[in-house]
Amino acid sequence: MLVISRRLFFYLVTAAVAISLDFLIPRLIPGNPVDAILSHMQGVTITPAIIHALDLQFGVNAHASLWGQYVHYWNDVVHGNLGVSSGNGFEPVSTVIRQALPYTLGLIGVATVISFVLGTVIGALVAWKRGSWLDSLLPVVTFFQAAPYFFLAFLAIDLFAITLGWFPSSRAANATDFPAFTWPYLTDLLDHAVLPALTIVVASAAGWIVGMRNVMLTTMDEDYVLIAAAKGLPKRRVIWYAARNAILPSVSGFALAIGFIVSGALLTEIVFSYPGLGSLLVQAVSDNDYPLMQGLFLIITFAVLAANLIADFVYVFLDPRTRQEA
Amino acid sequence: MAVGIGTEQVTGGVPRPDAALPGMAPRRQRALRLPRSPKIIAGLAMLAFFVLLSVIGPLVAPYSPDQIFANSPVPLPPSAAHWLGTTNLQQDVFSQLLVGGGDMLLVAFIAGVIATALSVVMGVTAGYLGGLADDLLSMLANIFLVMPALPLLVILFGFLGKSGSNDLFLIGFIISVTGWAWGARVLRAQTLTLRNRDYIDSAKIIGERRSRIIFSEVLPNLTPIVASSFLFTVLYAVGTYTAMAFLGLVNPNWSWGGMLYYAQGANAELTGYWWWFIPPGLAVALLGTSLVLLNFGIDEFINPRLRAAGLSRRSARRQARALRSQQFALTPVVRTQQIHAEEGQA
Repeated sequence: MLVISRRLFFYLVTAAVAISLDFLIPRLIPGNPVDAILSHMQGVTITPAIIHALDLQFGVNAHASLWGQYVHYWNDVVHGNLGVSSGNGFEPVSTVIRQALPYTLGLIGVATVISFVLGTVIGALVAWKRGSWLDSLLPVVTFFQAAPYFFLAFLAIDLFAITLGWFPSSRAANATDFPAFTWPYLTDLLDHAVLPALTIVVASAAGWIVGMRNVMLTTMDEDYVLIAAAKGLPKRRVIWYAARNAILPSVSGFALAIGFIVSGALLTEIVFSYPGLGSLLVQAVSDNDYPLMQGLFLIITFAVLAANLIADFVYVFLDPRTRQEA
Repeated sequence: MAVGIGTEQVTGGVPRPDAALPGMAPRRQRALRLPRSPKIIAGLAMLAFFVLLSVIGPLVAPYSPDQIFANSPVPLPPSAAHWLGTTNLQQDVFSQLLVGGGDMLLVAFIAGVIATALSVVMGVTAGYLGGLADDLLSMLANIFLVMPALPLLVILFGFLGKSGSNDLFLIGFIISVTGWAWGARVLRAQTLTLRNRDYIDSAKIIGERRSRIIFSEVLPNLTPIVASSFLFTVLYAVGTYTAMAFLGLVNPNWSWGGMLYYAQGANAELTGYWWWFIPPGLAVALLGTSLVLLNFGIDEFINPRLRAAGLSRRSARRQARALRSQQFALTPVVRTQQIHAEEGQA
């Protein structure tokens, strides 16, 4: 368990850095964020209490020292107090985020798992059939890897939602539906999730395909694969022996990839008007809603760290060598 | 964007360091080997096209990108007057496309240079010094790798506001801050394997200064990895700048991401105005493809085992036959060289 506790320590440090950045950025950058927020406010009565709350959050007119503010900020974050969202009638940021979080977790979580499994299988096959027609997949995959996620989302909407009319083009469910654990609502939810999920899978599977192919090519040269083939084992078993060793770097590469994927997926949500964190992000940008931006940064970072921790557990489960060290 | 997942694994864990010793190959051979890969040729050609486009694009654009034409209420499809149609404000899409690449490439280049410099300093220092310095620098790099860049950039650009949205150097610098860690990690790994080589030991024994060892013995052997990490950062910066313009966080007039920003704002994808959003998206995707191709080419140069796909079609077929007859795959390194030798004789 030494490995896990070391990783856990690393993630805690990363979370602390994220919280500190969140605290420091508004204070380091010139200009007064409170004035900027207030100048964007229309139709909302701004009470002195609101101004005071914003002042506190950004350290404007603060009487406490920077260190005092920092301690105060930590106290707030630990208690789940992320400030108030100026773009949402000064509701607490945590409430605003809580409403959107399940959509993003569901969509990106499922899409990432599908893309990982699919990409790894295809990558192993491409490597195994080296020199066959499957190699011509690589340029196609390269294109999808290089294209911005949100551009693929444009294409998916134009093709599947508008031209073919197979799937709805926006939102997570029909406006007339009432959220409930009923069959019609769940199918509706699924119907709306197909296109965004497809976009994320197509855009992110490319990375897993290339990664798995490259490691697999190296693994296939190992002696035990040669022996397995020489013993006359069925081809499927031989591929399995090679693939399950080649998959380890893919799992550990997850840590580096998940940040990219989440970033791209959030932009995908915007194109689909999916009511997740991505849509909140664009709303925060257009409203100059700094507290919401900061809250989103923290929550998204924490989610990515949690995903990485899970990947670490999987890695320890898959690779006995990491367990031996402990 | 989901880039670097694969390439990181290849270069990051260069499996046989011996394969990654381009410095030992005779110079002539190296010069011949690089351009032979079709991936490198295709990537370079496409990249050259886009660089050329960004330089002469504004000069040859038929109209000004924000000039407003006839008062049609809806975007007009491509016609003789407007090759790629018009936007909802009746601006010429083709002109916007021609003008839109310049700033982005400049930002990407600035970000690439700064991030590569940072990653070389951090990675080589960590790998060469080892010990506590290595632990701290590696941790810093890993923190920046794990942290999702997009929301961080959103708060940075958000708080910078108007002052940050036009300053290309500042934008490039901010992007590079979030993009150096990958290169540092890869360079550190390779420096670690170089550090214990005999020739480094002998340089130490002769009494060469540490700076000379690093600059003359270590760095030259990292060249392909530095190049690959530079390309990766440029690719990352292209994607990030496009995303920031798409979100409206940097000035969208005019870049390809900015065109997508306006297209999304006018629901172009819902109303079927494909001529408005496909050209800029395709341009970003193709520019990205050229950079990924170049990176693959360098990966294959570093790790010859990956090179099967880079063979000419005839030899690839021959190789596929050979592989099929054996039921399992052997490394093509030796065979490839034989094929090249045969081709040379023929």
